[in-house]
Amino acid sequence: MNEALMIAGMALTTFFVRYIMFAMAGRIRFPAWLNQSLTFVPPVVLMAIIAPLVLMPKGVLDLSFSNPYFWAALAAAGVGFWRQHLLTTIVVGMVSFVVFKGIIG
Amino acid sequence: MPNSKSTEFINGAKATIPLIIGAIPFGIIFGTLAEPSGLSILGAMAMSLFVFAGSSQFIAIGLMASGVGPLVIIATTFVVNLRHLLYATALVDKVSHLSQGWRAVLSFGLTDESFAAVNSRYLGRTDTAHAHWFFLGSIVAMYSNWQLCTWLGIGLGELFPDMTHWGLDFAMSVTFLGIIIPYLRNKPMWLAVISAAAFALMLRELPNQLGLMIAALSGICIGYASQRIELRIQVTKATTKASKEHNT
Repeated sequence: MNEALMIAGMALTTFFVRYIMFAMAGRIRFPAWLNQSLTFVPPVVLMAIIAPLVLMPKGVLDLSFSNPYFWAALAAAGVGFWRQHLLTTIVVGMVSFVVFKGIIG
Repeated sequence: MPNSKSTEFINGAKATIPLIIGAIPFGIIFGTLAEPSGLSILGAMAMSLFVFAGSSQFIAIGLMASGVGPLVIIATTFVVNLRHLLYATALVDKVSHLSQGWRAVLSFGLTDESFAAVNSRYLGRTDTAHAHWFFLGSIVAMYSNWQLCTWLGIGLGELFPDMTHWGLDFAMSVTFLGIIIPYLRNKPMWLAVISAAAFALMLRELPNQLGLMIAALSGICIGYASQRIELRIQVTKATTKASKEHNT
């Protein structure tokens, strides 16, 4: 029961955040400073989510050779900036993760 | 002449394929992690069906595993998904002519992945009469894949209980990394993203994803502030140059 309520709450919250602007269809206008701040939101939130996963997979900062997350992310970022192609970035990242993890054992 | 509805729909699904490839292991790992985290099989499936937000589903089961209550999980979902408000703001002018039903369906499927695909469809194009079918195609592809992967993950989790140690969670990280890279085109954005990462690392120990929230807010403030400073420097340079020219 608790679980059902939690999922319903998550579903409603998520839908509300995604729908409110579309529902009002242009009748909400944000002040300029808020609009400018909002442009930073997606990359900033996504980075705040992944930075600990990639750089601290075991709970402490690990930039050594024994951290495949870090090296695979570095490889993916390199290819990402070089080719500017999303699929290439994702595939290179995942393949190099498997390779690094395999090497490290 | 605008593309037909079915062409748009198929193109939308196709444009989302690279992002789906990143979402496959991510969805599977969500399915495998659900049960060990204390979410029932039905609950895992329901979350994918009704919430349909990968990163917050992932964070939710992480919080459940560490014994956090439902209210905090819902509040975290709100904060983590706030970025979708921006996605909607960016697209609202493209959908304002559609019926409320269309808008509800399109907003339900406004994930990071579909936004990335749909936004580049609209960017700088005028042949958008049927582009909402592109949007729908992207959503249907993303949604059906997400359900399939969750279901697959639940099954695989039962078969191979040690799958949670394979590191498939890296798929989410690399997909998000791929989405971040195109944003990194100027100094304020770099500063914002780097400081968000630094804060997220430093504040990782804080309970209830508080570190994530503080890191995101700090990153946004630093980015916005540096944008203002950069703008002011440019203005000062331009005025000193103009006054020098005026004096000579």
